[in-house]
Amino acid sequence: MSLFKASFAGALALTLTAAVLAQTPEERGFAIAERNDVSDAGFGTSSVELTMTLADPSGRTTTRELRIDTLEKEGEGNGDRTVTVFYSPRDVEGTALLTHSRVIESDDQWLFLPALNRTRRISSANKSGPFVGSEFAFEDIAGAELGKYEYTYLETREVDGMQMDVVECVPAYERSGYSSINCFFDTEVFQARRFEFFDQGGQHLKTLVLEDYREYEGGYWRPHRQTMTNHITGKETVLEFGEWAFGVDLDARDFEPEALERL
Amino acid sequence: MMDKGARDAMGRATAEWSLKWRWVLIPLTVLLVIAISYGASTLRFAGDYRVFFGPDNPDFIANEQAQGTFGKPDNVAFVVIPDSGTIYSDETLRAVHRLTSLSWTLPYVSRVDSLTNFQNTTGSENDLVVEDLLWSTDELSPQRIAYIEQVATTEPLLNGFVVSRDGEATIVNAVVQLPSDVQTAASTVAIEARAVRDEIAEAFPGHQIHITGVASLSAAFEEAGVRDSSTLIPLVYAFILVVMFLALRSVSAVFASLSVIALSTLVGVGIGGWSGVELTPISLSAPTIILTIAVADAIHLISGIRTKMRDGLDKRAAIIASTGLNFTPIMITSVTTIVGFMTLNFSDSPPFHHLGNMSAAGILAAWILSVTFLPALLSVLPLKFRAAKDGADRVELTDRVAELVIRRPREILAGTLVFCLAATAMIPTMTLNDQWSGYFDESLEFRQAIDAADPYFGSDQVEFVLDPGEPGAVVNPDFLRTVNDFAQWLRTRDGEVAHVFALSDIMKRVNRNLNADDPAFYQIPDDQTLASQYLLVYELSLPRGLDLNDRVDIDRQSTRVTASMRDISTEETKAFLTDAQAWWADNGNGFGFTATGSKVLFSFVAERNIEAMFEGAAYLILAIFIILAVSFRSAVLGAISILPNALPILTTFGIWALLVGTVGFSVAAVGAVAVGLVVDFTVHFLSKYLRARRQEGQSIEDSVRYAFRTAGAAIFVTTVILAAGFAVLVTSSFKLNADLGLLTALAVIFAMLINFLLLPSLFLVFGMRGRKAEPAVPDAQSA
Repeated sequence: MSLFKASFAGALALTLTAAVLAQTPEERGFAIAERNDVSDAGFGTSSVELTMTLADPSGRTTTRELRIDTLEKEGEGNGDRTVTVFYSPRDVEGTALLTHSRVIESDDQWLFLPALNRTRRISSANKSGPFVGSEFAFEDIAGAELGKYEYTYLETREVDGMQMDVVECVPAYERSGYSSINCFFDTEVFQARRFEFFDQGGQHLKTLVLEDYREYEGGYWRPHRQTMTNHITGKETVLEFGEWAFGVDLDARDFEPEALERL
Repeated sequence: MMDKGARDAMGRATAEWSLKWRWVLIPLTVLLVIAISYGASTLRFAGDYRVFFGPDNPDFIANEQAQGTFGKPDNVAFVVIPDSGTIYSDETLRAVHRLTSLSWTLPYVSRVDSLTNFQNTTGSENDLVVEDLLWSTDELSPQRIAYIEQVATTEPLLNGFVVSRDGEATIVNAVVQLPSDVQTAASTVAIEARAVRDEIAEAFPGHQIHITGVASLSAAFEEAGVRDSSTLIPLVYAFILVVMFLALRSVSAVFASLSVIALSTLVGVGIGGWSGVELTPISLSAPTIILTIAVADAIHLISGIRTKMRDGLDKRAAIIASTGLNFTPIMITSVTTIVGFMTLNFSDSPPFHHLGNMSAAGILAAWILSVTFLPALLSVLPLKFRAAKDGADRVELTDRVAELVIRRPREILAGTLVFCLAATAMIPTMTLNDQWSGYFDESLEFRQAIDAADPYFGSDQVEFVLDPGEPGAVVNPDFLRTVNDFAQWLRTRDGEVAHVFALSDIMKRVNRNLNADDPAFYQIPDDQTLASQYLLVYELSLPRGLDLNDRVDIDRQSTRVTASMRDISTEETKAFLTDAQAWWADNGNGFGFTATGSKVLFSFVAERNIEAMFEGAAYLILAIFIILAVSFRSAVLGAISILPNALPILTTFGIWALLVGTVGFSVAAVGAVAVGLVVDFTVHFLSKYLRARRQEGQSIEDSVRYAFRTAGAAIFVTTVILAAGFAVLVTSSFKLNADLGLLTALAVIFAMLINFLLLPSLFLVFGMRGRKAEPAVPDAQSA
């Protein structure tokens, strides 16, 4: 490297550093998360069918089929509302779980059991618990609301052939199972591509990889394959999504407990 | 086969060569040994109890399958015992709460279960509430404490499992997932766990906190190993110094012997490292054994040098002459001992393979070093021997034994045989007992923790894997009712079973919760679809780190019922398992049933090992027969010699059965080790006897006298060294080693006595009677 090139590179680096320094890592982290959140705003309602495959370390698998209907959040402090309907195993067909997710507090949940023909409100502070035997916790399934985390920008680097911003997300939820999450957003369409979860002891517990992003009408991006790997137990859960439908014919009343029995 | 002269010449040539190249040989040997011993740097303590089981052991395979299905139960359990006598107090609940949080920070932790984070589910008309029994210590109040006590004492998932029935103790259990590719994982966990315990003990005085659990077993191995190394090894060296000083009375000789011993040990341990041995207290007894055998080699060679020097030879000539004389005896001793230790590879238990192979490598090194390095080293050291009495007492003693045998051969033959057979007849009264907690000496922290926890929570598990036969059928109400009945039956076995953890309790609880906590619904639901949906409710209520997989397999075809067992003996465990099997045969409605778990594994480990060693014993007997038949060039003598080698082992077991009564599975290893050690007693004694009888045509009586005079002292000295060396293992803090050491020491002593009494009296009694047959035996060359 010639002296000229070296000093040019040095000057460039200084300029870039100055630009970054103008923003604190916290501000920059929040900006990246916000950019992602904005890219998803305004979809209204959506519905998708998915297959959940659970695999144990010895490679044995079992699958569950479900449908998730979503009503987009309204206002600060609230999260999305979802109805999860189970199709299989056969014995649980028609079981439905309604979740009104909240940003900081515990979610509200109602469960409809067809065999009892009753809806029960489930009062649980258990966001860190597993979602029906999967490696996903309830807190991983619910949407990434901006207020859920405190953000710190870490770096930008190439991962899986894409430039990604890496942001440290520290859960604001007191009962979270994580001490922090490294969130990876691509720098082109600003979607979340990867999450690395660290437990209370700081060990790398799980990694979630989101793949096969497709753009739907209205500019909404959705992954069609999510793989959660638990590094401690060696278990894995894969979610494979069908076609997403947006703007489906659902309204707020379909996301109330009384609606579950009508499903 | 070379004759004696040729073999002597070979020994002399070896010594001459070693002396010629001594300035190359000595440093090169040391460097080579250091290189080999570098392998020891990779040695690590074994991670858990699984190390005791071979990959082909069917009990082990069943256990691994169950663990593959339901997860490995590796854990660290903190047992909290407050001095106040009750865990239902503000202070203790705070301690448990804090301990629960800290346990989540342990490395590899996947789940923490405690009284405070128990997922307490309650139901009302419209709600199902899932919450930690004590989420925050801010909630603590006398009412809250009373409520916690009421829940804990009535809930089968807690009572006797997380809290003791009397409320005196509670457990915080951290499940850890130890990666198989990180050897230090278990010890890392154990170190962190101790730090957590110390922090809690300091913050909450008045609480005894013990650490048990599978993941702390590695630390216990280490503790036992370190304890042994700091007591056994100094003891062995002290013993060696005393023996060598008595036998040799020369600083140079002691220094040279110590060098051989130390280098041989390094080779044994180094080879262990290179071959990927996992350290256990069992394999750690290899250095002690190598020391004992190496010292015997060195003493035989140096005594020979001393005798020759006193006879007037110069140092160099004496070294060469002694090496020539001892070359064959040391070879035979080493080969037979190595064969014996190698036979341990037939054991079902890998730690015994490790012990056998490390010892064999060390003994091989001691053999080679004794005839090369030792002569070379002695030749460069100043060597003088003061006149001493030189074991005159021992010679007299063996002479007296010889005369006694000659005077009364019939009585001695009969007496010895009757004694041996009477002792052998006692063997069936020996009971096998392998309670692995009992392997550890009471002075060890781990044992104290188990002893403290056992009265409250039991110390080991039996896992019953129950299988209704088809995927999804685990929620079949008939099956669930059978599981429930079985769990209830297990609970009637209060003397053996401390706690029962069953899916049926979970189903009953969910049923009650979803029916507004009406106690009438505390039963198995009648409908399969409902049961299946209940299972989903349970799954949704599970806390972080816990999933249904712990109780139900991924296909929902089988469930496991975990019985926490009290510290009952192997025999009691087997009786209990037989009863359980019988109950299931009568009441199990034809559903599948398998009993596994660590308690089951250890109950059958002795049988498995003895079975495996029978095969090994067959090869060992064949090897001994060949060695002896070749040495004496007589198949008949080879066959007869089996007797003085088998009888000491049988007698030892019989005497043990009479005096001690119980033994752990290391008993399976005793036979091979002892036979390898003592077979050369017979070789030495017989060869001297035959030399007098055949070559010099002496009478049977004079031949017996000759054998005692020439071989008696050496056999006596070797017996003292070996018996004392193995007896040192009695002080081991690991019971399997103590058993092995004491049994072997006894066997060596009995072997000496039987070779001294039985063998000559046999010749005297039957030789007299069958004089005509005697010359028919082809003239043999003694070894």
